[in-house]
Order: sequence, then C-alpha cells, then structure tokens
Amino acid sequence: MEFDALMLSRIQFAFTIAFHIIFPAFTIGLASWLAALEFNWLRTGDPLYRNLFRFWVKVFAVSFGLGVVSGIVMSYQFGTNWSRFSEFTGNVLGPVIAYEVITAFFLEAAFLGIMLFGWERVGDRLHFFATCMVALGTLISAFWILSANSWMQTPDGFAIENGKAVPVDWFKVVFNPSFPLRYAHMVMGCYLTTAFAVAGMSAWMLLRHPHDAPAIKLAASRRSLSMALWFATIFVPVQILIGDLHGLGVLKYQPTKLAAIEGNWDRMDNMPLRLFALPDEVAETNRYEIAIPKIGSWVLTHAFDGVVPGLKDVPPDERPPVWPVFFSFRIMVGIGFAMLGIGLWSLYLRWKGRLFTDRTFLTAAMIMTPSGFGAVLFGWFVAEIGRQPYVVYGHLRTADAVSPVTAGAVTASLLIFIVVYAFVFGFGSYYLAKLLRRGPDPVEDIRGEDLHRKPKRPFSAADEGFDGGSGRKALPVR
Amino acid sequence: MFGFGMEYEGLAFWLPLIWAGLIAVAVAMYVIADGFDLGIGILFKAAGSENWRDRMMFSVAPIWDGNETWLVLGGGGLFAVFHIAYAVLMPALYVPIILMLVALIFRGVAFEFRFKAERSKFLWDNAFFFGSLLATFFQGMVLGAFVQGFATDGRQFTGDTFDFLTPFSVVTGLSLICGYGLLGATWCVMKTTGELEIWARRMALRFLVATVIAMGVVSVWVPFLGRQIETRWFTWPNIAFLAPIPLITAYVAYRLLRDLDDGRHVRPFFLAIALFLLGYLGLGVSLFPFLVPPNLTIWDTANTVNSQLFALVGFAIVLPITFAYTAYSYYVFRGKVAEEISGGGYGYH
Repeated sequence: MEFDALMLSRIQFAFTIAFHIIFPAFTIGLASWLAALEFNWLRTGDPLYRNLFRFWVKVFAVSFGLGVVSGIVMSYQFGTNWSRFSEFTGNVLGPVIAYEVITAFFLEAAFLGIMLFGWERVGDRLHFFATCMVALGTLISAFWILSANSWMQTPDGFAIENGKAVPVDWFKVVFNPSFPLRYAHMVMGCYLTTAFAVAGMSAWMLLRHPHDAPAIKLAASRRSLSMALWFATIFVPVQILIGDLHGLGVLKYQPTKLAAIEGNWDRMDNMPLRLFALPDEVAETNRYEIAIPKIGSWVLTHAFDGVVPGLKDVPPDERPPVWPVFFSFRIMVGIGFAMLGIGLWSLYLRWKGRLFTDRTFLTAAMIMTPSGFGAVLFGWFVAEIGRQPYVVYGHLRTADAVSPVTAGAVTASLLIFIVVYAFVFGFGSYYLAKLLRRGPDPVEDIRGEDLHRKPKRPFSAADEGFDGGSGRKALPVR
Repeated sequence: MFGFGMEYEGLAFWLPLIWAGLIAVAVAMYVIADGFDLGIGILFKAAGSENWRDRMMFSVAPIWDGNETWLVLGGGGLFAVFHIAYAVLMPALYVPIILMLVALIFRGVAFEFRFKAERSKFLWDNAFFFGSLLATFFQGMVLGAFVQGFATDGRQFTGDTFDFLTPFSVVTGLSLICGYGLLGATWCVMKTTGELEIWARRMALRFLVATVIAMGVVSVWVPFLGRQIETRWFTWPNIAFLAPIPLITAYVAYRLLRDLDDGRHVRPFFLAIALFLLGYLGLGVSLFPFLVPPNLTIWDTANTVNSQLFALVGFAIVLPITFAYTAYSYYVFRGKVAEEISGGGYGYH
C-alpha cells in the first residue's frame, strides 16, 4: 500500500465521514424522538414528557453541533480532495447536493434556534412546530444525501459527454434504483440507533440511581427506556426485512459487491450461507469456512437453486477488497440480531413486570448503547468498500477521482483532522456523560416560562399537580 | 456586456449570469451573517467579564447555525452550478480552506460546550476566540488568493500548494479580521445594553478605523497585482460609473463614525453591512466575469443548461421560503439581550 495523495485522501475521507455520520445517525432519530415527546406533552399535559424533552434536547444540541461542524467539512472535501470526481459528477450531483442545502439545512438551522432558545418567546404550539420542522429537516437532508450516494452506487438517468456525466432524466437520477430501499434502511437505522442509545442511557441512569432517588428521576428514566424499547421491539424486525430487500437490489445491480459480501468466489447455485470464513484473495478461495448448505441461495433469491454471482466473474482489478466487506457485513447483521434479542427479552420482562428492575437486562441494554452506531458504520463500510474500485459504480474509478494535491498537504490535513476530532469528540463525550450523570431535571428546576407565563400555558394545572404538591417549592434534588 | 461570453446564446448565456448573481447573494449573505458572529468571537477575549462573554455569545447562539449554512450553500452552490470552478478552486485553496474548516469546528462546538463546561470553560472561551479569529483570517486569505488569480491549464489547477500565500493574501486576511470585528462590534451595540454596549461602541470605533485603512490599502494594492484591473476602473466611461463607489464608501464610513458617537443603536450595524457590501461590489466590478481568475469565466465553468435549470427551479421555489423563515427566526430573537443570563430562563441550557 503506497501512501500517496490518493490513499491519504481515501483515508481522510473515510475518517471524516465515519466521524460525521455518527452524529446525523443519532440526531435524525433524536429529532423525531423529541417531536414525539413534545407531542405527548401537548396531548396529555403530563409534565414528565416535558422534562424528558428538556433533557434529551440537551443531548440533541451537543450531537447536532458536532454534526454541523463535521458536515461543513464534508461539503468542501468533494472539491479539495476529489476534484476529478466533482468534475465528472458535478452536472448531476451538484444540484442534488444544493437541494439538500436549501431544503434541509436552512430549515434545520432556523428552527433549531427556536427549538433550543425560543420556547418562552413563541409559545407551545409554535415551539412544537419548530421541533417538527427540525425533525423534518433531518429527514429531508437524509433524502438528498442518500439519493446522491445511491446514484454513485447505481447511477441512472444520465449520459456521458466529453468524459463527464450529464443529466438526462432527473427523476431517474434522484430516484435511482438503489435509492428508495437505501433511504428506508438508513432512516430506520438512524431511528434504531437512537432507540438503543436512549434505551441504553436510560438503563444506565436506572442502574446508577440509588433506591431512594427522587421519584421524578426514576420515572423519567423508566419512561424513556420503555418508549425506546417499544420502538426497538417493533421496528428491528422491520429493519431486518428492509435489509433483506435491499440485499436483493445489491444482487441485481452490484453483483460483485454481493459476491464479496457473501465471500462467494465461483458463480453457483445452491450457495451455502457462510457464517464465518477467512477469504484468501490470492488463492481466490475461503479458509476455515463455516457454512449452512443451500441457505445462502435461498436468502438471496428466495429459492434453493438460485444462482449467485461470484468474485471470479470479473478480473481481480474489478473486485473490491473482500475482507472488510465480508466481515463488516457479518458484524452489521450480528448487531441486528442482537437488537432483535433485546427486543424479545424486553417483551418477556414486560410480561413478567420486571423490565425496570432486572439488572442483567438493564446491563445488557446499557452495553447495547452504541450498537446502532456500530451497525450504521459497518453497514456503510459494506456499501462504500463494496463499491470499490469504483467511486461511481462502473463509470469512474476512485483512483481517477482524486485532486491534484500533494501527499504532503493531505498528510498534514489528515493529521490535523485526527487530532482535532479526537479532542472535540473526547470533550463532546465527556459533556454528554455529565448530562447523563445529572439526568432529567425535576419540574421545579425548570425556571423561565413557568415563572412568567404560568397563566397562559394550557397545561399549567397539570404541572402544578405533579408530585401532589404546589409546584416549585417541593422536592430537594441533586 | 463587457464583451465576454458573446459566443454563448440564449440560456447558455443567461443561466450562468443568473447563477453568478444568486451565488454572489449567497456569499454576501454569508459574509454579513457569519461575519458578525465571527466578529463576536474576535471581540470575545477582549470582553471584560464572564457576564459580558455570556451575553455576547447568547446574542448569536440561536442564529449562528443558520448563518454558517450560507457557507455550505456557497460551497454547495459552486459545486451545484459551476462545478468546474469548484474542481479547480478547491485543490488550489486546499490549505486555507481546510484550516478555515478546522477553525470553524472549534468555534462551532464552543457554542454548545461552553455552556456545559465548568472548570474547562476557559478552554472553550479560547476555542471560540481563536477559532473565530483564524477562520476569519483564512477566509480573508482565500479572498486574497482569489483576487490574485490561479495558475491553470485548461480546466486543471497547475500551481503549487502554497501559491495562495503571498503578502497580499496575508493583508486581505488581516483586513477581514478588521471588517468582521466591526460587524461584530456594531451587532453587539445593537443587541446589548449598559457598560457592555458602551464598550462595544468603543471597539466598533477602533475596528472602523482599522477597516477603513484596510480597505484603502487593498484598493490601492489591487491594481498593482498586474491583472489589468486598473484599466477597468480608470478608463472612460467606466470611471464615471464607478467613481461613486469609493465616494459612497467614504460617506458611509463617516456616517457610521457619527452614529457611533451619537449613541445610535441599530443603524451602525446596518451601515457596517453597507460598508461591506460596497467593498464587495468593488471586488465584483474588478473580477467579473471571472470565476477562476484570470482564465476561466462563469461561462467556462458552468454546468450544462439542463443541470443549471433543474437547480434553478428548486432555488426559485425554495429560496424565498428560506428567506422567510430565516427572517422569522431573527424576528423571534429580536431586541436586546438581558443583562442577567442564568439558569433555564434563557433557553435550554
């Protein structure tokens, strides 16, 4: 492996985008989670929801801030490091990216300010509207960026003129073959990431609450845990189904990627399902293979004798690196089934009435906190490494996409990014941990509009009634 | 039309012009909007107390994210419709762009982290200050490098990594610090009260003087860059049309000086914006229609007509809405920031 500008730019892009995706993956889900909490607060007037909102919105703000700043970097790197990619795809992807900025980023940004700082200035209903707009913004943003990525995987609706892609049919460009399921898979992935993060953090708070912790803290953590687990229990199976359908698309449009995912060297029917193997790219075979006969073909084609493409169908310089694709896929799927297990376990404990007290389960849920992030990252490894050696599948090789920059400049920028991201990420995690350690504030601790706008707020009566007392005098906490 | 692009007809002629106008607006929006909140960062270290810094930061906290989005639109917009310019400019500006982005990371996270920090608060005070200062400086260098022009062959950048680094670009970097400092200080005058406001007024005055000097230096220097920019300014009849620009600039600077003295609250900020727009207009006149000076024009670097049209439809529909709700969010946070910022009364912190 030679560390030239190409390899360094690849490492830099992989590093910066892997760092970046962690935050959108979390905030896409959190924004909707916040909207759900606020909706419940407006609907029921139960102040617990409002407290939860107040708590999770802080977590959201930290993550969102990190997502914004690491995202600005991405929008410039297409040019700084991948100028020939920009030249080749600009006519097609340029407008798609621009649509993301104008339809999503501004929406998020403008209403984020109101959502974070404007509650007492705009009132409940408008504030709820702002929260919904932020959530909508995150989904629209995901729509465009996944459309652009999907176009790189399964390009459509374009022609090549003078060695550059030019758009012919915009509908086909935006809704290219792999887009709808990739979008569904990613959004669901983000929601599940958030569900497991919320569940895990809530489990952690429950585990470390002393038995005599204020009722409000226990109640808040419990409600978060319960809501998140209901979501996970229902939607993990849905996600597995979407993933399966998405896999069928890979089989159809990116056969070589699929062969790498399966570790399948020879085109064959009755392909076994390989649970483990060490693919050997030199000998073009697998070592130490553990597999279930015929099931592989059945999973992919829904028929035992279905034919599955092999890596040897194409010459070696058209194949992606097999190891990372093969293992990343298995890690992602493994995490998915672990999630399924947690969901089923939570159902059983609900039935037994021990969901909030079973310490083994709470510990397991806590360990699963980062599981969604892992699944998202490894899923993207499969998608992006599996597309190699192309950056635009079948049309532009990664090696031909790099900028005319020097290896020295990229080395320096890569080192800077690593140091800066480590520093920022370290402190971000530290402040997040601090927030979680403190947990949701009790009602009485929320100053501001309670003091000034009490009579105007529709549900103030419910607020008063909480804890059986007369509001903010009671409950010594912290 | 300056004799450029005449070989293009119809949409192929007009679309790049429309887009150049739109992107110029986006860049101007960015310079003004992020200019004042970067300016707040530049003033940050000099502020006398913790409370002042809290208030200054709070005055921009709800809107900085939206302000910075214009930068994404600038980069995204360039990629969207002048992708060849994007592909040439970005590698040429590799170092200052990356450093600017890193500086923006530090100041961006400072907004969130500073409110969460206790013992480590000084760290984020510094991150906010140095991040804002350096982001501004490198932006100014990008501007300087842009005015200097780039070595290109066809549609490839052929220069060196450090071509951008010249005495001229260092001066434009420093000039932008003065300018953003002025925007930040006048914003602070508009948004705060009491001693902080009085202090901001004094800072605004200093930065105004520095800005005027910087504008003078850059204006005198530009013709000597050898790019025939002076022929555009100093030949008849252009000089008759263009002479008002420096004259109006001088008048605006004078008005601003008087307003700061007279204790006006709102107008200094808008006059500072006017000063920026005039400088921007001057640069535009000097560089039009080149998007990668000195060789590639907006027509050379534009996308295909189909591609530009698709993006334009979206912009025509969405941009007015974007302006509307951005304006609304400014409206929500109108007025002066209270002197006591503590607890949950101010948002969610």
